[in-house]
Amino acid sequence: MTMILLIEQVLNGLQFGVMLFVMAAGLTLVFGVMGLINLAHGSLYMVGAFAAATVAGLTGSFLLALAASLAAAAAAGALVEIVVIRRLYARDHLDQVLATFALILIFSEGTRWLFGSFPLFLDVPSWLSGPVELPGGILYPAYRLAIIGVGLAVAVGLWALITRTRMGIRIRAGESDREMIAALGVDISKLYTVVFALGAGLAGLAGALVGAIQSVQVGMGEPVLILAFVVIVIGGIGSIKGALVASLLVGLTDTLGGVLLPSLFAQVMERSSAMLVGSSLASMLIYILMAVVLVVRPSGLYGVRS
Amino acid sequence: MMAEKHLNWLIAGLLLAIPVGAWLLGEIYTVTLATRVVVLALAGVGLNLALGSGGLISLGHAAFFGVGGYAMGILASHAQSYQPLMDWPFLIEGTKSMPVIWLVAMISGALSALAIGALSLRTSGVYFIMITLAFGQMFYYFAISWPAYGGEDGLSIYVRNGFPGLNTLQPIQFFGLCYVLLIAALLVCARINASPFGLALNAVRQSAQRVETVGLSPRRLRLTAFVISGAITALAGALFADLSRFVSPTMFSWQMSGEIMVFVILGGVGRLYGPVIGAALFIMLEHWLGGVSDYWQLFLGVLLLGVVLFARGGLIGALARREAGHG
Repeated sequence: MTMILLIEQVLNGLQFGVMLFVMAAGLTLVFGVMGLINLAHGSLYMVGAFAAATVAGLTGSFLLALAASLAAAAAAGALVEIVVIRRLYARDHLDQVLATFALILIFSEGTRWLFGSFPLFLDVPSWLSGPVELPGGILYPAYRLAIIGVGLAVAVGLWALITRTRMGIRIRAGESDREMIAALGVDISKLYTVVFALGAGLAGLAGALVGAIQSVQVGMGEPVLILAFVVIVIGGIGSIKGALVASLLVGLTDTLGGVLLPSLFAQVMERSSAMLVGSSLASMLIYILMAVVLVVRPSGLYGVRS
Repeated sequence: MMAEKHLNWLIAGLLLAIPVGAWLLGEIYTVTLATRVVVLALAGVGLNLALGSGGLISLGHAAFFGVGGYAMGILASHAQSYQPLMDWPFLIEGTKSMPVIWLVAMISGALSALAIGALSLRTSGVYFIMITLAFGQMFYYFAISWPAYGGEDGLSIYVRNGFPGLNTLQPIQFFGLCYVLLIAALLVCARINASPFGLALNAVRQSAQRVETVGLSPRRLRLTAFVISGAITALAGALFADLSRFVSPTMFSWQMSGEIMVFVILGGVGRLYGPVIGAALFIMLEHWLGGVSDYWQLFLGVLLLGVVLFARGGLIGALARREAGHG
């Protein structure tokens, strides 16, 4: 294992982690403020990716595509919030799970209806397609670096939004006592729609950014959604800081585990069975991480409620 | 409107009469569909014990369904290739005998439920939902990345496993076997619900604190229910694998967990026969809507949304008089 390869993998892990953060931030915000578990968050990720692929195909502009992904997913989020989600806040978690599961079916099949079953392709723009030379002579794809940059910018932006703006004050107030801030004259249902649309827009952005590396297809959102759940469980529900730490932890564990475990096992057993045991174990690693966190801190690293 | 008890008898009767009638008329396909209903209903009966009686919203029951499926796949594939499962420290050979496979499937399902439950039940509410979903996904990825039993491609079993005294290759005989198991599981669940354990479990769902103050451990009650639930769902997994003679990681997928939950909800949460009528409705919708449109799941989604938003209590809630049951 050379140093350069290791640094590359750390960067890959970071890139994966910040994308998970952009997904998880919306989920955890929605849970924190509205107390809602939203399985359809992965569908909004998919909506963003499809919107980006469509706009990029029509205009050829990647930046327009990104803007479209944000706008389309936020609009879809606002629509879904007004039509369906709003009726679920007062319901128990079981109803929320089922209704949002139904939304997944509707979104997935609707998208398949509109776009067909074949994956679409979203190309990395030419000005980001080459490698960048990092200090130490490491060549790393510029696009992946840009993703890390966007992810960190979203983290800083969310931090500023929540701690430095009036909107943020309302969100925090909504987290701790929603009846009270409604009584103080804040239009709570508008606030909910905005928070939901914000989370949806971020999910759409993540979908578009990742869609350029992988393919854009129906069902792309749910595996990421489940990883985002793992992130939230590790970080603590409702905590943006926890989501950031946990998503980097999960991103790095998953990426480095996949690379390091097989070679680690190769030290003690023959190569082919080391590959086998190593890669099987690596696929379970983040869930094992989650189990360990659960044993040590059942409410997550930064969770407050038990 | 009728009493729920009479409705249950009607459902059980129809579920037996329709396939037998179809078999007499030579409609073998209907018998296979009915077997699917029975097997999936059994998986739902398992979940219903955790979800309906225990209030545990598990989105990871596909893990147990898959474990049961793979218990059957692994045992039968070793019997098929005459390779022992292991020969050290003691010899374990594959088998094609259903009773043995069922037992192994239920024990494996119970053990996985014990492990997942012991960890997940440290939390509650929305954490529990996410964690069970995540552990289900862990089994899925493990099944994909472990190549010894087919990996992503799954395992084919060429001949259906046997049951002493029956010819399981005959669809109606296999249906009968599954039907008897479903009814047995329903009777067991009815017994459990009426037992002191079941009453305590019901109390835990309504108010865990009160149960704790009278000296019972809510966590132990929930874990017990979760383990029994996992064992029943694993048995259904083994039967499902035998029905299609094929096991693959999709049995572990989160969609499977979602579908099992949909059976329970369509029928009515906490209703004994809820999963049965829910699974029957689901399969009928799949069959009819699937014939009308390739995008039938879109309509299923709209229907499910409608049931959740406007028709709580499910089908049994709509058909039976108000008594037991809960939303």
